[in-house]
Amino acid sequence: MTAQEVRLCGLLLQEHFGEVVEKVGTHLLRIGPLSLRAIAHETSTPLDLVKKSLCVLLQHSLCSFEGTQKGPRGVVEYRASCERILRMLRYPRYIYTAKTLYGDTGELIVEEVLQRGHMTMSHAVQTVADRLTHNMEEGSSMEYSEVVSAFSRLVETHLLQRCPSVTEGPLPVASSGGPAASATVPTLSECQTERFNLPPITLKGKGKRRLSNEDNEAEQARGKRARLDDANTKTSGDEGIYWQVNFERFHQYFRDQAIIGAVASKLDQTSSEIVRTMLRMSEVTTTPTAAYTQPLSVNEIFRALPPSYSISRPVLEQYLTLLVDDPMEFVSKTGDSGGGMYAVYVHKVLTSLARATLESVVQERFGSRSARIFRLLLRKRHLEQKQVEDFAMIPAKEAKEMLYMLLSENLVQLQEIPKTPDHAPSRTFYLYTVNPLSTARMLLQHCYKTVANLIVRRLNETKENKRLLEKSQRIEAILASLQASGAEAAQLTEVEEMITAPERQQLEALRHHVNKLDSSENQVDETIFLLESHISSTMASR
Amino acid sequence: MVLPVFYTLLTDHWGRMAGRGRGRGIAAFTFNIEALGLSRGALPETALGPIPLFPPVEYKPVPLKSGEDEEYMLALKQEIRATMKNLPYNIPVPEEKPDVERYKEKYTQKVYKNKHNTWTPDWQRLPKELMPQKKKKTKPKVTKQVKATSKKEKEDLLSKLDELEKKDQKSDDETGEKAADEGEDEEGGEGVEGGEFDEEEAEEENDYIASYFEDGDDFGGGSDDNMDEATY
Repeated sequence: MTAQEVRLCGLLLQEHFGEVVEKVGTHLLRIGPLSLRAIAHETSTPLDLVKKSLCVLLQHSLCSFEGTQKGPRGVVEYRASCERILRMLRYPRYIYTAKTLYGDTGELIVEEVLQRGHMTMSHAVQTVADRLTHNMEEGSSMEYSEVVSAFSRLVETHLLQRCPSVTEGPLPVASSGGPAASATVPTLSECQTERFNLPPITLKGKGKRRLSNEDNEAEQARGKRARLDDANTKTSGDEGIYWQVNFERFHQYFRDQAIIGAVASKLDQTSSEIVRTMLRMSEVTTTPTAAYTQPLSVNEIFRALPPSYSISRPVLEQYLTLLVDDPMEFVSKTGDSGGGMYAVYVHKVLTSLARATLESVVQERFGSRSARIFRLLLRKRHLEQKQVEDFAMIPAKEAKEMLYMLLSENLVQLQEIPKTPDHAPSRTFYLYTVNPLSTARMLLQHCYKTVANLIVRRLNETKENKRLLEKSQRIEAILASLQASGAEAAQLTEVEEMITAPERQQLEALRHHVNKLDSSENQVDETIFLLESHISSTMASR
Repeated sequence: MVLPVFYTLLTDHWGRMAGRGRGRGIAAFTFNIEALGLSRGALPETALGPIPLFPPVEYKPVPLKSGEDEEYMLALKQEIRATMKNLPYNIPVPEEKPDVERYKEKYTQKVYKNKHNTWTPDWQRLPKELMPQKKKKTKPKVTKQVKATSKKEKEDLLSKLDELEKKDQKSDDETGEKAADEGEDEEGGEGVEGGEFDEEEAEEENDYIASYFEDGDDFGGGSDDNMDEATY
């Protein structure tokens, strides 16, 4: 948990859940596992607020609890998960992916589940149906069965998974801890076989349209209807079975997309289709941190190719040979049975992508000549100063300056190799080198810092123009109510003129800035994803 | 910024600044500078202070990607932010109540307390200690204490007062009697520790402190007997 990560987590928590949860969450991240009383005492927050914040954090799986044997009667310790909080940055990308794969219904399901942390299938289906009905035209409504089918498709492709369920049975209790410990802390265990099993539920009906007439009437009517609803839909057969989004599967999908994109840009469309087919076939069989996918034979690939790409068998084999021979090593041949066994070398592709990111960062910050030096050092590992100048074909003075610039930014490191036991400087080799893994980590921290800065800047901008924003919101509300009650055009223009032209310009500029900052956050998150995948893949392969 | 190579070159391996023996101000190196292929003019300038907070950037950053995907994700992000603020998971900072409770606070309603604003988690999945505990009333506790200790207190009080009676002069008899009466009748008043008592409250529901006026004792009459005592 680096300082940058904690700062970013704090900002994300504050944006989504408010300051109380932010205080509790950052304290847990900084200090580590803590008990309830310790949190309340150290953050000087009232106990009931701490309890509520912990409930919220646990609901969204941002935090976990564990019954320990410390103290006279055993104490429950809470631990916040930094990695999981950082995922909140990626929510728009998950929802958009669900939309491209499964349409509006899938998109809304994923959005609801993300917003509520975890929910039962029946609850999800009902809320999504209501929302869809709300957006549809008058008279028609969304059937529950359609939503249920979309939900089941999401579960089948493992994009949604079951939460760990509460198991009956005592905790292994040590002699010092009393039986009270097991009674107060439920044990949650993940059942691997049941993770993607849909429960049998009986849900019949359609989405209800919410009338938005006068606010008060609608509220009363809603209240009554809500009570009736409660009575009707009390049990639908799946109490206690909660579903959450399976981030690993989404990440696998993003990784596959990155690989296919890389192949398409390096080679051509057909080879990317072949790689896409290979990845699709090994979707469920590959673990997230595997270096290679499962080997597939040419016959299988041929049969699984989409019908729109009708290439003949020998052409397919040629393409595969081309992919194997490419210096990027996208695909590797693992055997000869079945006409040749091929597997996608995921680890190598991720490394190449991360390396390309590093190179482009150097290029954009220091110029293409520094990028040339950087690429040289990546390829040749260790070089002396003189060799750098020669290989890069850059004059000595400039090469020196660039190298020192990169050294001061810590993108390049110096390795000393002494010739004599006393490390006399005149008799030591000084070699420049690039360590890709540590450079990637450093860049990842820079990315976290960048996103945190972007968020802070956006909050600052909105705070400065708060008065203007409130005014415009009030005017919009007035306009809306006037339009709803059927006012004349003259009245509307009169209200609109309450905002002066320079104010309008200011508002427009503010909106533009905020959009830019938001968009930057999304795109920095893409780089974060690449670097994180590379680092985790490298650590797993060690 | 200290260039590590040249720092090591400027000091010998015991860490002392080299070339100091030649006299101040001459930065000489212990080694033959031409042998390393450097010339004095080729060294970069020494840094004179920390880098400014916003250093001038040579290369402008690349513009953001902008396409349908990015715009949709932007809209999604802003939507998520807005909806999360209204969900019950967003815990607002509790407002500090002013010192004096304003009259209007009783009548301003907290808006929109409909079903969508409340949320109860599944308590089976959470540790029991996170459930909100209902506050027990403090009164029963206190009366229990009083009842448990009242007899003891009564006896102590009486014995103490008897001692005082014997010690002091007669003029204090009245106060002693009064106090003894108090102790018997009401088990309370100023002598005993503790706050409100159930019995006292049960007897009189007004603001008058009962100890000042006793039905049994004449307030005015008592003092006539003994003129030594000063009446205030």
